[in-house]
Amino acid sequence: MIAWMNWTPTVAIFFAVIAGILMVMTVYEIVSPCTERKGFLPIATTRGDRLFIGLLSAAYIHLAFLAVSDITLWVALAVSVAWLAVLLRWG
Amino acid sequence: MNKVPNNRAWWLVLPVFILVAFSALIPLMTVVNYSVQDIFGPGQGYWVGTEWFKEILGNERLQDSLLRQFAFSGAVLAIQIPLGISVALMMPKSGIKASLCLILLAIPLLIPWNVVGTIWQIFGRGDIGLFGWGLNSLGVDYNYTGDTVDAWLTVLLMDVWHWTPLVALLCYSGLRAIPEAFYQAAEIDRASRWAVFRYIQLPRLKSVLVIAVLLRFMDSFMIYTEPFVLTGGGPGSSTTFLSQTLTTMAIGQFDIGRAAAFSLIYFLVVLLVSWLFFTAITHLDKEK
Repeated sequence: MIAWMNWTPTVAIFFAVIAGILMVMTVYEIVSPCTERKGFLPIATTRGDRLFIGLLSAAYIHLAFLAVSDITLWVALAVSVAWLAVLLRWG
Repeated sequence: MNKVPNNRAWWLVLPVFILVAFSALIPLMTVVNYSVQDIFGPGQGYWVGTEWFKEILGNERLQDSLLRQFAFSGAVLAIQIPLGISVALMMPKSGIKASLCLILLAIPLLIPWNVVGTIWQIFGRGDIGLFGWGLNSLGVDYNYTGDTVDAWLTVLLMDVWHWTPLVALLCYSGLRAIPEAFYQAAEIDRASRWAVFRYIQLPRLKSVLVIAVLLRFMDSFMIYTEPFVLTGGGPGSSTTFLSQTLTTMAIGQFDIGRAAAFSLIYFLVVLLVSWLFFTAITHLDKEK
């Protein structure tokens, strides 16, 4: 029925992962509610803030890789995941 | 203290969420989907991966357009926010004069974008427009269709005319919400006019200013109709802003894949800048 929209599996996986992250974070928040705290970022953040910052910077990391190099984007993905982990833990 | 907040009220957001899903989320997902394909028509897409993104990021025309857009939005904010605040400060506090001011201020806001463009297009003309004719007879060489600086100034002036009232109205409502007791206390302390502005009015205006800055940034960053009608993006491409470049690509050339990749980059820029503004302004208080 929506074949004309040309949905591709890769994009479906991309959004499924984001939806998954949001769901996991929701469950995590219910299990152990977080409080705002100050890490190495200049502002006090909650867990959700740090996730948002991480995802947004992940997008920019990918764009930067595309703009200045021909390295495969899996490297950019690895860098982004590592950065997100650092941000969530110490941000 | 182990208080567990009751989050059941979130269910009340569900209807809005569904509405937003259909008006924003699903279209956005479609754009992401298009950005990795070369679309020839319904059901005819070819996977190209990140090719479009790579091309867009290296495209000079688009980089110029982005820089131009930042310059324009920066100028808009630098002029309209201070001007709006000063207009609001000068407005009468009550009575018939206040109502009159409010109506006069609201008039530009009621005019549709394309009409604003047309008004200024005629107003600025050297032969039949009052503004253009007036400047030319004063000896100023003014021609917004041929000169880059003139075209820029005209687009900027038009935007200031059209949208400063919004900032002024927002600030006016913010100012009216300050209790009289604050001013009385300031008077007892013999505070100067500047001190009253700096320590009473400005802090109290902060929440409306957040909205004003965000609205003006987003609107000016997405500006399309007014410059399109006024200058058509010219002379050359000196007033071609981002959305016009995007529209030419998506509709003019039917280059949907590339336009989608471009839109996503555009969206990321808007998201980042809006978030920075919002965070900077809301955290100013907490830091103190």
